[in-house]
Amino acid sequence: MIQIENLHKKFGALEVLRGIDLAVNKGEVLSIIGASGSGKSTLLYCINGLEPISEGRVLVDGVDVHARGTDLNRLRQRLGMVFQQWNSFPHLTVLENVALAPRIVRGLPRAKAEEVARRQLEHVGLGDKLAQYPAALSGGQQQRLAIARALAMEPEYMLFDEATSALDPELVGEVLDTMRMLAAEGMTMICVTHEMGFAREVSDRVAFFHQGRIEEIGRPEEMFGKPRSPKLKRFLAKVL
Amino acid sequence: MNSNFHWRPVLRALPDLIQAAFVTLEVAALSMLIGVVLGLALAMARDFTAPAAAPARWLAVAWVALARNTPALFQLYFFGFGLGAWGINMSPLAIVLAGLSFNNAGYLAETFRGGFRAVPAAQMRAALSLGMTRMQAMTRIVVPQVLRAVWHPLTNQMVWAVLMSSLGMLVGLHELAGETQAQASRTFRIFEYFAVAAVIYYVVVKLLVLGARLMAWRLFRGWSPA
Ligand SMILES: Nc1ncnc2c1ncn2[C@@H]1O[C@H](COP(=O)(O)OP(=O)(O)OP(=O)(O)O)[C@@H](O)[C@H]1O
Ligand SMILES: [Mg+2]
Repeated sequence: MIQIENLHKKFGALEVLRGIDLAVNKGEVLSIIGASGSGKSTLLYCINGLEPISEGRVLVDGVDVHARGTDLNRLRQRLGMVFQQWNSFPHLTVLENVALAPRIVRGLPRAKAEEVARRQLEHVGLGDKLAQYPAALSGGQQQRLAIARALAMEPEYMLFDEATSALDPELVGEVLDTMRMLAAEGMTMICVTHEMGFAREVSDRVAFFHQGRIEEIGRPEEMFGKPRSPKLKRFLAKVL
Repeated sequence: MNSNFHWRPVLRALPDLIQAAFVTLEVAALSMLIGVVLGLALAMARDFTAPAAAPARWLAVAWVALARNTPALFQLYFFGFGLGAWGINMSPLAIVLAGLSFNNAGYLAETFRGGFRAVPAAQMRAALSLGMTRMQAMTRIVVPQVLRAVWHPLTNQMVWAVLMSSLGMLVGLHELAGETQAQASRTFRIFEYFAVAAVIYYVVVKLLVLGARLMAWRLFRGWSPA
């Protein structure tokens, strides 16, 4: 379970997160929607400790992410993350991209790590690209590679930061399908997304961010069907 | 062939010249090795932001500026005659090594800074998000990409080091140019000696560039376009 309590985050004088309280249960899919600059990415970075926080707490399975002495490298193995910009490692083959962290972080022997990598790559439909370099892949394939790479660490949670918004429209579908598949398999996911269709159909809950606060949160039917906050109504009118 | 040229003496001295070419290569390679290590240190020192590190930063800035904006010969003379005036006397080999390393480090510092900037910060973030330590992310993800980014300038600097080492002639080092000079002045066949030496320099440089290209092909084949 991920628990976020009274989370504040400042960049200098700019307060980007202004008191977030949120709990995500095991097996849940939470989508986060909201305008650009509302702090969605920053929240994900605070969850896996890539950004320090200014106030509050983030607990992952009871472990305080930002407490002094927390082993972040160990914690991050529980939290897979997929970024907006597909950042496959260009100097490694597809198989090596996925097998590297299991080998050097989890300490698996090479053969075992490659077996794990192969399984995950097949899972996301890249089983025939193992020896290719990322340069030879499309954006959608690179993003699926990033998903496989995160999954190979066998995380408990997956954080998606607008995994499809840098993709050409015709490539969005294959990545969303992969995310749907993970959700169906019971993966706990926090998905920052601009894909309202995906949020509506796949999520258990949707959170609407506005200027660093959760303006409204609820089941997708409620959020999209009968939004209460005028800000959410305005946001939906704009994006739908 | 014009009868004013006499090639026989220089051809007889060829083994000596080739041996001297190896000295040239050694000096260049060693000064590159030292230059790479110091250049990396200077590149990092230039980006130190802590107030306590200001002296290191200024040293790095001054080093780079002097190395890049003064003649290499003066840099050599500084280690030869400048330090000599302070009572520090170095052998010709040490003078050339110091001078070239100083020069290489200054140029390579800028090269490495550019190389690190060429790797997007997102690569480090992605590596960390997989649970890698900063050290692992650096050595496994960032540095290999930096290496590719600096490969070309690194090769150029190596070529430059080979050619610059000919300044060793002026402080009495018998690398290729020094040896050529010594033999030429004994026989007065100045042109012939330096013509042959030039051919040797040319071949050495061409071989180096070819070797670097082959290695780059082996190392970076398949990676995304730079
Ligand atoms: N490293 C940083 N330093 C300073 N300001 C930052 C930094 N990262 C983000 N910000 C600022 O924090 C605010 C929130 O950024 P964030 O990336 O979390 O928004 P977002 O909701 O993910 O937006 P988008 O939909 O555009 O991705 C923005 O105003 C941004 O400029
Ligand atoms: Mg964002």
